Amino acid sequence: MKILVCLSNVPDTTTKIKLSGDKSAVDMTGVQWVINPWDELALTRALDLKEKSGGKIEKITVITVGESYTEPTIRKALAVGADDAVRINMMPTDDYEVASNIAAYLKDNPYEIVLSGIESSDYNGSAVGGMLAEFLKVPSVSSVSFLDIEGEEPILKREIPGGTETVKVPVPFVAIVQKGIALDPRIPAMRGIMMARKKPLTVVEPTGESAKSTFIEFGMPQPKAKVKMIDPENAGELITLLHEEAKII
Amino acid sequence: MDFQFTEEQLMIQQAARDYAQRELIKDILERDEGAIYPTEHVKNLAELGFMGMLVSEKWDGGGMDTVSYVLAIEEISKIDSSAAVIMSVNNSLVCYGLEKFGTDAQREEYLRPLARGEKIGAFLLSEPEAGSDATKQRTTAIDKGDYYLLNGTKNWITNGNTASTYIVIAHTHPEKGHRGINVFIVDRHAEGISVGPHENKMGMRSSDTHSVMFTDVKVPKENRIGEDGFGFKFAMKTLEGGRIGIASQALGIASGALELAIKYAKERKAFGTEIINHQAIAFKLSDMAVKVENARNLCLKAAWLKDQGQPYGTASAMAKQYAADIAMEVTTEAVQIHGGYGYVKEYHVERLMREAKLTQIYEGTSEVQKIIVSRSLMK
Repeated sequence: MKILVCLSNVPDTTTKIKLSGDKSAVDMTGVQWVINPWDELALTRALDLKEKSGGKIEKITVITVGESYTEPTIRKALAVGADDAVRINMMPTDDYEVASNIAAYLKDNPYEIVLSGIESSDYNGSAVGGMLAEFLKVPSVSSVSFLDIEGEEPILKREIPGGTETVKVPVPFVAIVQKGIALDPRIPAMRGIMMARKKPLTVVEPTGESAKSTFIEFGMPQPKAKVKMIDPENAGELITLLHEEAKII
Repeated sequence: MDFQFTEEQLMIQQAARDYAQRELIKDILERDEGAIYPTEHVKNLAELGFMGMLVSEKWDGGGMDTVSYVLAIEEISKIDSSAAVIMSVNNSLVCYGLEKFGTDAQREEYLRPLARGEKIGAFLLSEPEAGSDATKQRTTAIDKGDYYLLNGTKNWITNGNTASTYIVIAHTHPEKGHRGINVFIVDRHAEGISVGPHENKMGMRSSDTHSVMFTDVKVPKENRIGEDGFGFKFAMKTLEGGRIGIASQALGIASGALELAIKYAKERKAFGTEIINHQAIAFKLSDMAVKVENARNLCLKAAWLKDQGQPYGTASAMAKQYAADIAMEVTTEAVQIHGGYGYVKEYHVERLMREAKLTQIYEGTSEVQKIIVSRSLMK
């Protein structure tokens, strides 16, 4: 059995977001890139499963759709234990393009289990996993917070309103995972860091479809309005402000 | 001139930061208060490869360069300089000397488990009456034919109780002065060794510091490192590298305090605005940032010289003296910026201030570093 983990290369979560002058893009200069946190948890669970599988899970591959600047985060995945990596060499514009290109690659390189984080922390599209399953015509299970393999059979648990649902699903399938799938992401050990350079990172050219959407404009959220302090003695001022500024009474 | 770190160096820095910010921070206050040794953390740091990161892969180490080592120690020391000193002593004072000057048999038996972090080492040079003046060793190792007979007392030994392997400096021929000094690998559990009580220190309370007494301890002949009389040179060479570790530790203490001070100054309000908007605080932070950046550059320069195979003794002395002195200044200002909150333990800066003080004292006081630097100017 082989597991593929889809990795999105995203700006570090503490990044200060800036827009390009014409607002057509997010300015990525000086950004520190990391593995999308949900994908990192998916990878952590995949590695845990491989380690306890006694050889039944023979390989964990990570795949990223992106240009060469994504390679340091891919190598971090290799350093924590992924066996090999694939980078589809393109700058994707939307979820459709990402899913289509991963699916195109998987046509000739099948995996039994494909894991994808529930969303990415940059554009938060929450679409790649579902689209990928559609392209591959395989089942998908969303909001997965638990994944195990009993014998040959994968067992998944997913969060539903008011409880948890336990699901069995035949391979191949796509699991769209969320928090809870693993506790903390792994920290790479020295040995892993040294080995990461020697592990295969295959670069393939895109063979999937092009994007279906284009970004028109980005905008920053309105800064939070300043808090006005009103003396408790001065209730009249509060009413005036609620009426004239906040316009809620 | 290239100020870029490699991908591996950045990955190691991040790994150290993640471990420190995620794990070491959890119990640092309890370990500091109770002077509790970080047993589990040392095990975890060993598994991650930090305990022997400078040792070559051939001897089961991480095979990393000294620049990576500076980055790792800085990150760990921002949170926990006790863990950092345990790591620094094992790497630079114990493993380094064994790898550089030991025989293959010594490396096989002692270096491998130390590099893997399965065992921890200690470096025994200081004595009750021989600190900065290291030539005044009173511990003796008398040649008895098949073995050396070791007698004496060592002081302020980091990892003194937890170490399995001691690197001991002792006089074999006191009449020859520093040329009569030798260095030995001693099994901590050998007969005749007794370890004194845990020193109740001002800072770095989670590392175990002890005195160690040797009474007629038999040390096999094959446990001497290097030629007869090599001990003093061994100690000086080893300390040259050790200084980079402690300089980086001081750097980490200072940069950790700076980060906390910036965070606090952005949150704390006084006179209607966040205190970072008051020039009195902003300028303090600016001065602290310049000092931290200078210390970092000195540490990295010394590490880079060592990695290039160039002489680095003066550079590491400059780094150690400067980083230790500014660690004291920066942590003191960080406490000042925090005001009353800085004086209580939950805000961490008072601990960093206590820890900074030790970096001016151990592995060569700031004054000893000035001797080294000034002598290099006289040449």
